[in-house]
Amino acid sequence: MTDVAAVPAKPRDAQPEATDSQGMGFLVTRQKRWVTVYLPLAIFIFVLLFPFYWMAVTTFKPNDELFNFRDHNPFWVASPTLANVEKLLFHTQYPEWLFNTMVIAISATVLSIFASVLAAYAITRLRFKGAQTTGLLIFLAYLVPPSILFIPLATMVYGLDLYDTNWALILTYPTFLIPFCTWLLMGYFKSIPYELEECALIDGATRIQILWKITLPLAVPGLISAGIFAFTLSWNEFIYALAFISSSEQKTVPVGVLTQLVEGDVYHWGALMAGALFGSLPVAILYSFFVEHYVSSLTGAVKE
Amino acid sequence: MTTVSTSPRPVSALSPRRSLADLLDDRRVLSFLFMAPALGILIIFLAYPLGLGVWLGFTDTRIGRAGVFIGLENYISLMGDSVFLLSVFNTIFYTTVATVLKFGLGLWLALLLNNSMPCKAFIRAIILLPYIIPTVLSAIAFWWIFDAQFSIISWALMKLGLIDRFIDFLGEPWNARWSVIAANVWRGIPFVAICLLAGLQTISPSLYEAAALDGATSWQRFRHVTVPMLMPILSIVLTFSVLFTFTDFQLIYAVTRGGPVNATHLMATLAFQRAIPGGRLGEGAAIAVAMIPFLVFATLFSYYGLQRRKWQQGSEDD
Repeated sequence: MTDVAAVPAKPRDAQPEATDSQGMGFLVTRQKRWVTVYLPLAIFIFVLLFPFYWMAVTTFKPNDELFNFRDHNPFWVASPTLANVEKLLFHTQYPEWLFNTMVIAISATVLSIFASVLAAYAITRLRFKGAQTTGLLIFLAYLVPPSILFIPLATMVYGLDLYDTNWALILTYPTFLIPFCTWLLMGYFKSIPYELEECALIDGATRIQILWKITLPLAVPGLISAGIFAFTLSWNEFIYALAFISSSEQKTVPVGVLTQLVEGDVYHWGALMAGALFGSLPVAILYSFFVEHYVSSLTGAVKE
Repeated sequence: MTTVSTSPRPVSALSPRRSLADLLDDRRVLSFLFMAPALGILIIFLAYPLGLGVWLGFTDTRIGRAGVFIGLENYISLMGDSVFLLSVFNTIFYTTVATVLKFGLGLWLALLLNNSMPCKAFIRAIILLPYIIPTVLSAIAFWWIFDAQFSIISWALMKLGLIDRFIDFLGEPWNARWSVIAANVWRGIPFVAICLLAGLQTISPSLYEAAALDGATSWQRFRHVTVPMLMPILSIVLTFSVLFTFTDFQLIYAVTRGGPVNATHLMATLAFQRAIPGGRLGEGAAIAVAMIPFLVFATLFSYYGLQRRKWQQGSEDD
């Protein structure tokens, strides 16, 4: 970290994928493979995906099927209905929660990426005095869990007059996004050859020009990884949104679904599952487009 | 190399007023400007609240009323508070059992995925879904799956003839504990498996071949090749996993809210209940602060306990 240019930058994604080749798999017979690999794997996949299936099935079930296991097989929908979806979209404030969550997640992500790019560049490239210590402190900041911070933050949010506004969340989400994104981007910046920047420096480019025109274009995969991960983390956040927001129309999807869709002892399971399903879809769709970025940022952050 | 960037420009050294462009090219000025947004946010909204939380733990602050310093009174009263002590037990039990299960099953899943098979990328992608989806929303699905009257698990087990009446998953203390642990493990397995899979893929197959030629059985190959090679990444993943399981809040809040009769209260949910709906911010902060020693111990244990050698050989400055 102190002398990046001296150590040849390691290409991040050049891990040997050699294990994909034969290995010693040919020693195992086909029957044995079915029992030792495919069967357990199928059970894992079934268990891991079943709750999603159950969410979807419940969403489209009419109430009499939902609560009558004797006449209907619960695993299937006999007469699918959109009543639960309709109730969710037109008789609750779900669209507003969706909009709030979107605004908060995008703002917090943009803010965090901006701050993280500058910080990561300064730590890896400008190498100011104490850069290494700062990098370590930022990593330690990632280890501070929100469960410890939400009580003092609640008093601060109240004191700053931000209670029950989007700003309360937009300003507090970066506390866990910036450490993560900075750490991830530091890894990407380190993998970009320093020689490119030296050439630009000799040609008279300023540092800001170098960052904008050389480093950032080369770090686009890293920016995408950090961006979608930050977006997902903000979308999924719960404890701050629960503690800092009280009025129904300001809530985010996870909090709104949990607190507003239950009326006393009456659980509208169909609408609840519809809320859970539609609240999960945006991140699931985003994820499906960027699976490789996701996996690399997940494992990359652990490996750094 | 560094001389290029550090050497002061002669012009700017002579002229009394440096132009803005020169100032922006000065490494120290620029470093400061670049670090300012990140450090500013982290100091105001992370470091300061951390200190404030410790301070609040020593006061009797309530919502709407500033507190006064009361020393260790919060902690002394918590020591005699059976609900708090139960929550400490629950947290340790929850973390230990869930972590062991997550790593056992996660390692198994990673080993399964490390085999060559058709549609591997697709399988890997769908396996990570539970981790991507908002925890609270999947927790609501589990709430419904664990419903006392309409649980699909109870129904399936009855159909199979294994039980004769519906299980009260969330109504009995021990049932509830195991149910939330199951939901937590369900969400944690993909994270552990995908991270460990990345570690497995860096192990060279030639090591296994060499071990096999020397007559090692498949268990010996696992024990003496896979495990040691996986240890560095395992210790990091374990550290993160322990940290986030110990401070878990969302799952419990969504599924049980700490019930039945506080049987599933974790320290984080108890802190929330006392501080926000209960209004006793000082006491809640004290409970949250009480998590810190456990966290530091668990982190150090999982990080240093497992990490026998420097991680990532070859880049000693990382």
